[in-house]
Amino acid sequence: MADVKITGLHKRYSGGVHAVRGVDLAIPDGQFTVLVGPSGCGKSTLLRTIAGLEEADEGTIEIGGEVVNDYRPRDRDVAMVFQDYALYPHMVVAKNIGFGLRARKLPPEQIKARVAEAAEMLGITGLLDRYPRQLSGGQRQRVAIGRAIVRDPKLFLFDEPLSNLDAQLRDEMRTEIKRLHQEIGTTMIYVTHDQIEAMTLADRIVLMRDGVIEQQGAPLELFERPATRFVAGFLGSPQMNFVESRIERADGRLALVFDEGRSLPLDPARASAFEPWAGRPVTLGVRPEHISRPADGTARKPSDQPIDVLIDLVQPTGTRTYAEFKLNGTEVTVELPSHTVEKPGTTIELVVDMSRVILIDPETRDVIPG
Amino acid sequence: MTATVSAGPAPRRRRRGRRLPIGRILLLGIYLMFILAPLYWVLITSIKPSDDYLAVPPVWFPDAPTIVHYTAALFAYRGLQGLINSLIISISATALSCLIGTLMAYSLARFRTGGMHLSFWVLSQRFLPPIAIILPLFLNYRLVGLQDTHVGMILAYTMFTLPVTVWMMYAYFRQMPRSLEDAALVDGCTRWQALWTVAIPLAVPGIVAAAIFTFIACWTEFFFALVLTSRDAFTLPTVFRAFLSFQGAQYGEASALAIVSLGPSIILGVLVQKHLVRGLTLGAIRG
Repeated sequence: MADVKITGLHKRYSGGVHAVRGVDLAIPDGQFTVLVGPSGCGKSTLLRTIAGLEEADEGTIEIGGEVVNDYRPRDRDVAMVFQDYALYPHMVVAKNIGFGLRARKLPPEQIKARVAEAAEMLGITGLLDRYPRQLSGGQRQRVAIGRAIVRDPKLFLFDEPLSNLDAQLRDEMRTEIKRLHQEIGTTMIYVTHDQIEAMTLADRIVLMRDGVIEQQGAPLELFERPATRFVAGFLGSPQMNFVESRIERADGRLALVFDEGRSLPLDPARASAFEPWAGRPVTLGVRPEHISRPADGTARKPSDQPIDVLIDLVQPTGTRTYAEFKLNGTEVTVELPSHTVEKPGTTIELVVDMSRVILIDPETRDVIPG
Repeated sequence: MTATVSAGPAPRRRRRGRRLPIGRILLLGIYLMFILAPLYWVLITSIKPSDDYLAVPPVWFPDAPTIVHYTAALFAYRGLQGLINSLIISISATALSCLIGTLMAYSLARFRTGGMHLSFWVLSQRFLPPIAIILPLFLNYRLVGLQDTHVGMILAYTMFTLPVTVWMMYAYFRQMPRSLEDAALVDGCTRWQALWTVAIPLAVPGIVAAAIFTFIACWTEFFFALVLTSRDAFTLPTVFRAFLSFQGAQYGEASALAIVSLGPSIILGVLVQKHLVRGLTLGAIRG
């Protein structure tokens, strides 16, 4: 068990790629941290540098209070699960799981007992005599996890462990990894490019972009209060809608005015924060689930703003229906209950929950607080 | 063979497997003739009495097979000594070449030792015709006393086969997933242990293939042996010189020795057939 502290970390590859550009990160003991971001954002490099498979060019890495920059991977007491499982093809499952213990010269009886225990925990006891090539993808992933937990390390590192599995198996293994963390409580750092994995697994999400941390925090905190347009767009599926607009004052109230002529009054409770932006362009960010069909009979909240739209695309998924309409020339996706709208070409009234929308400075792409 | 059912007018399909594939048999037959006829001739000549060598019509199988050519080739012409020398030199050079070549290839593949130029330079050694280096080598060997010694021949053959070994193993390590060794490093191995417990065992098919190429190259090499050896470290191929003389050609002895020299290659080929195919296809390693 250990906390991890990273200070001013830089990693450059030969050939001029500056993969990690000054990362500061403090991970408390026992936390499940997910590094997420688009491919090439430096998240895997950061993980490999923590493991010691890459050398840091600048900055320090501390694990459990010890600076480990000059430690070899084997001396860092971390375990890692790889995307391609990295099982040793010439060893049976039991040998694969016990490999790290053998490398550390533990007595054979103890190795056997610990391998059996880990196999039991992951439900792969029946597979111990098989070779990796005789296993399915999910079983291989279990063995890879077994190889990590059997060593009882200070820190677990996962490098996109589920991306080679099919969708159903991925959901299953995701649940299992989460349960595993609850059981053993060891600090875990998990790299993925999948925002759903990040949201569901993480105690804390660290969202990276171009080698730097864009924002970090609890999953819902990032989801509900993104700091930048990038974060707002990265988390959530379907993606948040972004529509260009400007803030204008009319009848003493602030409203979003679109070039096409429509306008949406801002939520009176939040309007004061946007006072300085009156007369300036902003980007409206609204999640598909925050536009809805007004329910009959229920009182409308003061922040709900009605808007008449012409639906031009309908995608039913069974539980929900995604519909699209144009607002100020931009396609906007909205999530509705099934059967709300059946065909494209219909005009319906929707309401936008103005208490949940975000406004973005189009120049800095930062979310305007308020 | 599965025939696909298609709608519409029945397409004219050739009935496979019914008729004899005459073209194929003919082609393979001609090919086999080229391969086997000389072998047969050599085998038969090695047991023919001398009078039958060039008889017209040819003697397809001698009435009185003899082994005198074998005993003469092995003992009178020192063929046995050449065989032993060849075995010592070829096996040692193969072992050295594979050991050094594998380690060097690993270093090139994993650490990009020497950038891209070193790896190309290694292969470029083979662009050099042997004749270009044989004289300086000969003079240097005479200077340091390596001329006509086993050690000298082993070193020369190791150097001469190293480029191919390195390149075969380089390709092999390049296609081996790096994450296997990464896993071993994190699991508690030193780089050296990761190499010996993970990378090398997985590279065995490649090493075997490289070893066979190296061995055959050493076993059949003539030019270096001719220049660098004389009385002590002479190899099997050089013994054949003795069969051509002013008195004529000793067909029987030459054939007998040729048959003997085939032995190790055939035995080797049979023993490692399985590895050879996997090694040559750079056996895909999947976890």
